[in-house]
Amino acid sequence: MTDTAPRELPLQELDEVIIRFAGDSGDGMQLTGDQFTSISAALGNDLATLPEFPAEIRAPQGTLAGVSAFQVRISDFAITTPGDAPTVLVAMNPAALKAQLKNLVQGGAIIVNTDAFNERNLEKAGYESDPLEDGTLDGYRSYPVPMSQITRDAVAVHGVKPRDAERSKNFFALGLISWMYTRPVDPTIEFINTKFRGKELVIKANEAAFHAGYNFGETAELFESHYEIKPAELPSGEYTNVNGNTALAWGCAAAGQLARLPIFLGSYPITPASDILHDLSELKHFGIRTFQAEDEIAAVASAVGAAFGGALAFTTTSGPGVALKGEGMGLAVSLELPLIVIDIQRGGPSTGLPTKPEQADLMMAMYGRHSESPMPIIAPRSPADCFNAAIEACRIALRYRTPVMLLSDGYLATSSEPWLLPDVDSLPDIGVDFHTGFNGTNEDGEGIFLPYLRDPETLARPWAIPGTPDLMHRIGGIEKEDGTGNISYDPENHQKMVDLRAAKIEAVDVPDVEVAGDTDADFCMLGWGSTWGAIDAAVDRLQQAGKKAAHVHLTHLNPLPKNLEEVLSKFETVICPEMNDGQLVNLIRAKYLLDIKPVNKMNGVPFTTAEIESAALQAMEAS
Amino acid sequence: MTDTPTRTEPADWATDQEVRWCPGCGDYSILTAMRMLMPELEVDREKTVFISGIGCAARFPYYMNTYGMHGIHGRAPAIATGLAMARPDLDIWVIGGDGDMMSIGGNHLIHALRRNVNLKILLFNNMIYGLTKGQFSPTSEVGKVTKSSPMGSLDAPFNPVSVALGAEASFVARTHDMDRQHMMEMFRRAHEHKGASIVEVFQNCNVFNDGAFEGITKKQNRDGNLISLEQGKPIKFGADGEFGVVVENGGAKVVSVADVGEDALLVHDETKPDPSTAFMLSRLSRGPFEPTPIGVFRAIERIEYATSSTAQLAMAQNDKGSGDLSSLLRSRGTWQV
Repeated sequence: MTDTAPRELPLQELDEVIIRFAGDSGDGMQLTGDQFTSISAALGNDLATLPEFPAEIRAPQGTLAGVSAFQVRISDFAITTPGDAPTVLVAMNPAALKAQLKNLVQGGAIIVNTDAFNERNLEKAGYESDPLEDGTLDGYRSYPVPMSQITRDAVAVHGVKPRDAERSKNFFALGLISWMYTRPVDPTIEFINTKFRGKELVIKANEAAFHAGYNFGETAELFESHYEIKPAELPSGEYTNVNGNTALAWGCAAAGQLARLPIFLGSYPITPASDILHDLSELKHFGIRTFQAEDEIAAVASAVGAAFGGALAFTTTSGPGVALKGEGMGLAVSLELPLIVIDIQRGGPSTGLPTKPEQADLMMAMYGRHSESPMPIIAPRSPADCFNAAIEACRIALRYRTPVMLLSDGYLATSSEPWLLPDVDSLPDIGVDFHTGFNGTNEDGEGIFLPYLRDPETLARPWAIPGTPDLMHRIGGIEKEDGTGNISYDPENHQKMVDLRAAKIEAVDVPDVEVAGDTDADFCMLGWGSTWGAIDAAVDRLQQAGKKAAHVHLTHLNPLPKNLEEVLSKFETVICPEMNDGQLVNLIRAKYLLDIKPVNKMNGVPFTTAEIESAALQAMEAS
Repeated sequence: MTDTPTRTEPADWATDQEVRWCPGCGDYSILTAMRMLMPELEVDREKTVFISGIGCAARFPYYMNTYGMHGIHGRAPAIATGLAMARPDLDIWVIGGDGDMMSIGGNHLIHALRRNVNLKILLFNNMIYGLTKGQFSPTSEVGKVTKSSPMGSLDAPFNPVSVALGAEASFVARTHDMDRQHMMEMFRRAHEHKGASIVEVFQNCNVFNDGAFEGITKKQNRDGNLISLEQGKPIKFGADGEFGVVVENGGAKVVSVADVGEDALLVHDETKPDPSTAFMLSRLSRGPFEPTPIGVFRAIERIEYATSSTAQLAMAQNDKGSGDLSSLLRSRGTWQV
């Protein structure tokens, strides 16, 4: 592999490392981070990732606005978050250094591409003097590497033009980091050959750059040691690395098979939900039809039409799209047809922060339709959990013939974690039968079909699809008579229908919550959705500090688990960290009159473990 | 489906629901035309679906003994698109008015047309908002005095046929509620067409816009002001065929046949791939007070949307085999612990 004799460097063992790759949005940092994640996963480390990118595709090169970053935490023990602060920063240019340095832990390592630190780039990043020389990096371990130049030299032999050569420097960085953390070379070479198949020159350039980076670490007398992180002790089985959006798409595909129904997705592209549309569009061989609609309204409307026709119908979007779909969801509530609305929450209001997460659509999911228009709500807690949540949302939608809201967020959507693959044969059967025969008689004793005659147990109405002989019927958004479904403006009937729609959703079968952490603690943290990892890690830290803490995490937000009030009442203090201004707190207080305390954060960045730990300690002290 | 034609009577297509349009509404004659046509089409009631939005016209599905959905305002073409994709085996009609399909749902209409989804879209144009009690609509004439435009509407109207042609519609026709036979013929042609078909029906709202189309549809005005388009024939009208249509300076124009001679007249060809001539014809009349064409403006063959979607599914299954969940979960690489 190299003609230079490797130096004998000490190999230090670490229990974890948190690396943040940062560069210009055109520098390929996401790709680099993803690949580093893949090789680490294959080595058996536990891991969690946190991509961070600007909303602009190519913000002006070299500026702070254009910085794209990817954080990956790898460890030899089980983890639930991508880590609070990186211990290693790879900065490809001055803007990346400036934007990311504040995140780095004190004493952390900085590997920096010195070639990018010219006057022009320094100015664009807003540096008045060169931070590599003016003491800015005092207190950190800094490793200056002329990445651009070495990359250019390494790929030149393959006849790559210098301009194009620059584009391989992310593979140089990946090579260097791979050496530092003793990752194998072959998987990345394989990856390059697959990813760039058919582009021979690009393959050669990237391979050369990757080797150059790896060899640089080995031969340059810059690094005092390299590191090893042993495999984590995880439950045995077959794992894959998955992000939330892909897990959701796979969950949708699985649900179609588990329900034995064709899938229809009506969707309009929106960040950060578009990848679900992309993933499902690739799965046409699963019988999945995807429809890129003209707008968000058409996306939900087409899904309602498909559901009427007997498809398992989805619409995927983010907050602004949910706002537009309000009337369409109301129609599905009134028609009592199964429909799954997937909201990948992002910062708002309005366009807000398209690439940053929030959990501030909970009230919209609960109440964001006119009149009394209840919908069940499901929220996954981790990237891999998105798979289960999709199946659960479909189960409820089908069993109760109702639209269901699934609330993920931009953090879960793009973060990834190892997922112990389920045995697909053990997944639940969520199929329901279409109605095919008469279910009533008229005055003359002849069989008739009553489209709103309910199942006494679930209160669901029969789902009879067009094409079924004799069961022709009309449904609509106008209030209808229970049973016949005929238009009715009768006051008593409307009251009855409002009550029935509410009762049906209130009676959805939801599993009881379980208490994690110390079940006998006085103190509890209540969470929902993507805060699970940080709260779980905070419980660990509190326990290590000798404190007792419990954790209750909700997957079902409507209806709430039947035992929730009783469970929460047992604790003296309950705090609720959420990425909004207290929406779950308001729901819980209103429903149970329990004085739980809000812990809110609305800066577009997920809670760190330290923030939750500190909020917990404060709350414990105050009580 | 069996090979023997399905035999039904018009009464089989009626529901037990009381029809609740205002007495004298043009919608009644459209409903009658539809119920009379259905047996002639030899189709199954259970395979037929009517989808509507909101408005007076949108009550239509409740009166047809088929599957039906009364949706939300403007969204019928989008709802129907989802249904047509999920169920290419169905015969789907979309019913809406000028407010429903030209205003709040204008976007969905043009996209359904350009995609060429297999839908038969009937646009009941009465040039007024009826259900909300008489505001001007997107097809109302400039200067229309209504409750919401006491000094006259400022809005230039849409011409639905021009809009449809601009939206790449593959079948565009126009008819009116005073001529049942013509309506049935246009609906039949729309039904025969594979892809999106749109029929504009001039429909009288006798409460809020009575007589809006009298200038062209009243018996004594028809000869002079209704131009019936017939495939392959020179475009002529008038009691004795004394008027005709020619193309001049890039537009269509009404002439006296005696002045230009029979050979100068435009011969109607609905199958022309280029929509320009059909568009010219749609611009011939500024409103229902001067010679206005009815009939089929355009009928061309273009690949149907759900058919293409189904073909892609088949192609994918052919290439990759039927979807296997277990391999999907392993498609991005796995490792053993």
